[in-house]
Amino acid sequence: MNRIGRRFEELRRTGRKALIPYITAGDPRPELTVPMLHTLVQSGADLIELGVPFSDPMADGPVIQKACERALRHGMSLRRVLDLVREFRQTDHETPLVLMGYLNPIESFGYEAFVTGASEAGVDGVLTVDLPPEEAAELAELLIAAGIDPIFLLAPTSSAERIRQTAPLARGYLYYVSLKGVTGSAIINVAEVAEKLAKIRTLTRLPLGVGFGIKDPSTAAAIAQVADAVIVGSALVSKMAELADDPEAMRREVGGMIAAMHQAMVKGL
Amino acid sequence: MVNVMRNPLDFSQFPDEHGHFGRYGGRFVAETLMDALHELDAAWQSCRSDPEFLAELDLDLARYVGRPTPLYHAERWSRKLGGAQIYLKREDLNHTGAHKINNTVGQALVAKRMGKTRLIAETGAGQHGVASATVAARLGMECVVYMGAEDIQRQALNVYRMRLLGATVRPVMSGSRTLKDALNEALRDWVANVDNTFYMIGTVAGPHPYPVMVREFQAVIGREAREQMLADYDGLPDALVACVGGGSNAIGLFHPFLDDATVALYGVEAAGLGIETGCHAATLCAGRPGVLHGNRTYLLSDANGQITETHSVSAGLDYPGVGPEHAWLKDIGRANYVAVTDAQAIQGFHDLTLTEGIIPALESSHALAYVTQLAPTLRRDQSIVVNLSGRGDKDIYTVAALEGIQL
Repeated sequence: MNRIGRRFEELRRTGRKALIPYITAGDPRPELTVPMLHTLVQSGADLIELGVPFSDPMADGPVIQKACERALRHGMSLRRVLDLVREFRQTDHETPLVLMGYLNPIESFGYEAFVTGASEAGVDGVLTVDLPPEEAAELAELLIAAGIDPIFLLAPTSSAERIRQTAPLARGYLYYVSLKGVTGSAIINVAEVAEKLAKIRTLTRLPLGVGFGIKDPSTAAAIAQVADAVIVGSALVSKMAELADDPEAMRREVGGMIAAMHQAMVKGL
Repeated sequence: MVNVMRNPLDFSQFPDEHGHFGRYGGRFVAETLMDALHELDAAWQSCRSDPEFLAELDLDLARYVGRPTPLYHAERWSRKLGGAQIYLKREDLNHTGAHKINNTVGQALVAKRMGKTRLIAETGAGQHGVASATVAARLGMECVVYMGAEDIQRQALNVYRMRLLGATVRPVMSGSRTLKDALNEALRDWVANVDNTFYMIGTVAGPHPYPVMVREFQAVIGREAREQMLADYDGLPDALVACVGGGSNAIGLFHPFLDDATVALYGVEAAGLGIETGCHAATLCAGRPGVLHGNRTYLLSDANGQITETHSVSAGLDYPGVGPEHAWLKDIGRANYVAVTDAQAIQGFHDLTLTEGIIPALESSHALAYVTQLAPTLRRDQSIVVNLSGRGDKDIYTVAALEGIQL
């Protein structure tokens, strides 16, 4: 069992839900990423999704698009993201880290070289946004063989048949996209999410994470009632953009947001 | 000169049911779009085999678009080049002035059958945007066209045409602010509004079923050209030439000839300022395979897999990807892909205008520029069909500006 499996096991034992922050690697500047990862862990993150910047992030809203552009302007690349992971792992051996991004940088790197590099750096999962299960077998099998979880998305429109098709390749957890749209879209409807998650649970035993549209502690707490993990991205990334020129304030404020969500989820607010 | 492949392939078997042309094509999108693509695929499959749908499409193509378009023997230009006989497939004579309308008329009929009320589209040069706005006006549908902020600057005329037709033109400020970014933005719109919205992709790229659906709507070009050559001229041509950005006019011309092994196929890409300068859009000539906009194909990207900015004097060719069927035709050797520079294209533009009295689009001028190289290498009893994919009125300002003339 890898770090992701152990972490969900631990949470289940203690009756807690996972809080998963997302930040884009290299945004706003590469040297701020690893300190921010540590801040997120200290503030209550159970697992972290680290975005690999891409020039054409077609499933992302303007907040993450701009984060990708900032990171790329500073020379960020998949190779450098793996360096950041390695640096993070020098002091943090426990917190699971999932890379989230698009396929082309991985294709360009080469599947085998990427899987080897990710495994050596200490990556625990890989979510490739534009790689649906029907195209994913080759990469997923390489990842699984290296002990890295391929993470897949499910959507409100995913049929039972598609969920069944996804399950055999998926490991770690499933990422349920809570609304129709791109990242950073409107606030989600908790009742609808609950209903859909109940259906998905009849088809898979993997933990279910929910993301897209979670912006505040009360929504995080409400989603934690029905999901196994709460994923928050655009809200953090937009705060980071706002405070890009003041790294100290950025860490304090973003850490504060995660701490507040963590608190709310623990108390079940 | 003419390289002919003896092909053992049955081209009608491609793509497979998942949209693969060999290793290219497919459906590389986020799960949020999968259901929409399945719904579209089901609708399209039922349309393509429905005689009523096909009859309605034929009638629209005849009475609204103005098909069939002529196949014109450019005798004076042929004599001047001193080689093969050159025939122009006059897609510039279509309603709205380019081949793009063949596709939008077809997709609009699919949209109508699906009960969608809102059409969205991406556009580069604005020709596909105009063709989309045109069919939306005719069907009384809302129309939103995404266009890179850069392209809006250089294609003001088409922007105004779209607005006159009642469409909303949304400037795209992200990335390189050109066609690829407009496509990203249209996909984002579609994900959020899929219940009432139909996304009309303008080229043979994107996730399955777009490459095959757009090909089928554009293949009317090649079907007509083939019949016209057989009926009115000397039989099958020796070569076909068409410009390739995303590649819809080229695949439309090529596809009905794929089984004719004696017909050589030439796709002409934009070499911009020269491939060696890095300022070009010659994806097949200078790129490598990757994944973008829902399909695996040749792309222009840097060593880290980030998509690079392209350059061409013609906005319609300024795209860092290319349709997956072209990628496959290149790899199996059935089609040849070459590139001509901005300067050569401009020369082609002037040559045709002065010799035949036809002002071509800058996109099509790339194909013409290659014809000036190819024709002299062939005999006088040989023939070339070149796709004159659009008319050049929209480019007058660009050409004038390049030559230091203020209009």
